[in-house]
Amino acid sequence: MEHKIITPITKEITATLHSGDYVFITGEIYVARDAAHKRMNEALDKGEELPIPIENSTIYYMGPSPAREGRPIGSAGPTTASRMDKYAPRLLDLGLKAMIGKGKRSPEVIDAIMRNKGVYFAAVGGAGALLSKCIKSSEVICYDDLGAEAIRKLYVEDFPVIVVIDSDGNNLYETAIKEFNSL
Amino acid sequence: MRQISFETIVSNVKDMCILANHYLSNDMCSALEEAVEKEKSELGKKILNQLQENLEIADKEQIPICQDTGMAVFFVEVGQEAHIDGGLLTDAINEGVRKGYTEGYLRKSVVGDPIERINTKDNTPAVIHYDIVAGDKIKITLAPKGFGSENMSRVFMLKPADGIEGVKEAILTAVKDAGPNACPPMVVGVGIGGTFEKSALMAKQALTREFSARPTIPWVKDLEDEMLEKINKLGIGPGGLGGSTTALAVNINTYATHIAGLPVAINICCHVNRHITREL
Repeated sequence: MEHKIITPITKEITATLHSGDYVFITGEIYVARDAAHKRMNEALDKGEELPIPIENSTIYYMGPSPAREGRPIGSAGPTTASRMDKYAPRLLDLGLKAMIGKGKRSPEVIDAIMRNKGVYFAAVGGAGALLSKCIKSSEVICYDDLGAEAIRKLYVEDFPVIVVIDSDGNNLYETAIKEFNSL
Repeated sequence: MRQISFETIVSNVKDMCILANHYLSNDMCSALEEAVEKEKSELGKKILNQLQENLEIADKEQIPICQDTGMAVFFVEVGQEAHIDGGLLTDAINEGVRKGYTEGYLRKSVVGDPIERINTKDNTPAVIHYDIVAGDKIKITLAPKGFGSENMSRVFMLKPADGIEGVKEAILTAVKDAGPNACPPMVVGVGIGGTFEKSALMAKQALTREFSARPTIPWVKDLEDEMLEKINKLGIGPGGLGGSTTALAVNINTYATHIAGLPVAINICCHVNRHITREL
């Protein structure tokens, strides 16, 4: 099934999304990867505020290549999500609703997705040039010193993703592989 | 002695960094094109078509194929009769990487220390493997390596008694564990024999081999064919979302080894298997 959704992604929206669905996202999303997650986690440990409004937010695990003149961003495909597994449950419990990345998630993350009615999307890994065309604006909002790992706010239009883990915990990586396995 | 200037190396390496990150080799392009026809999953076909479109956009608009423009890995064959005029070869290569990644709008993905993790901001240092050969030329192969797939690579120190069946199991285990993380369809580089580090080096170098250049040892060629077929039956598919195209090629290199050992290294590469060679 195909959906067009507009951020913020709420639990009413995630309830309509099922593992295997094709989704086009429009609206504001945030970008953070390894180093930014580590810093956000340290901020929470110290009792500080997160640098992004986390309620019903979407985080894209990504580190872009530099933008050429006149363009909002360079190549911008997903990075491996499992490196953020250590931090994701805490953010989900604080209100994060959707994550965009690629690759498997830990059982702890899947539990946190189900507990908070969240969703994990995959974007096509290695299609950074194609995906960059759906990014209309990009602004570094904090941790500028981290370079490609800084936290950004993007405005995306019809950004194509696939629901891998839905709010009920169904996991496309497991079901689809079984369907096509003939070994 | 034939003289090759420091600047010649720098400018060639710079160009190679930029080209490799915007264009795949012809054999990779053909393999990806053929995969669209063969893929059994509809979603898989759709993803493979997106990869085609991605390559077109990368070319037309000069956007890197993948945002992970990699750590720059070099295999350099230095002819004994060649001399670098004006500086050290390693410095020239690193200067070329610095220029290529900065001027070519490529991502700087290297941290100077594995624990302190401060970005060096110019993608240096490169990882350089040298080989001294006959002649007066210098042959440079660059393979920018992304870490989504690098992280899924493995070395197994098998026992001689594990034999070829053990090797097959090791390859399948590595590919299965890699799954969607390694951005399939992947290219699987395998090194069998040598020592711990030699097997890993062979696996890496195997990724740069053209698909049409098949091994001369019959069992190695057969193993490549058998493993490609088996891997494509795993069901992982494009993007790991199910399908019949999990690998585009399995390239295996072998070397002599010790009476007590059977090292097997599997270096996994995503579908953005970048490599470029120039002879100077």
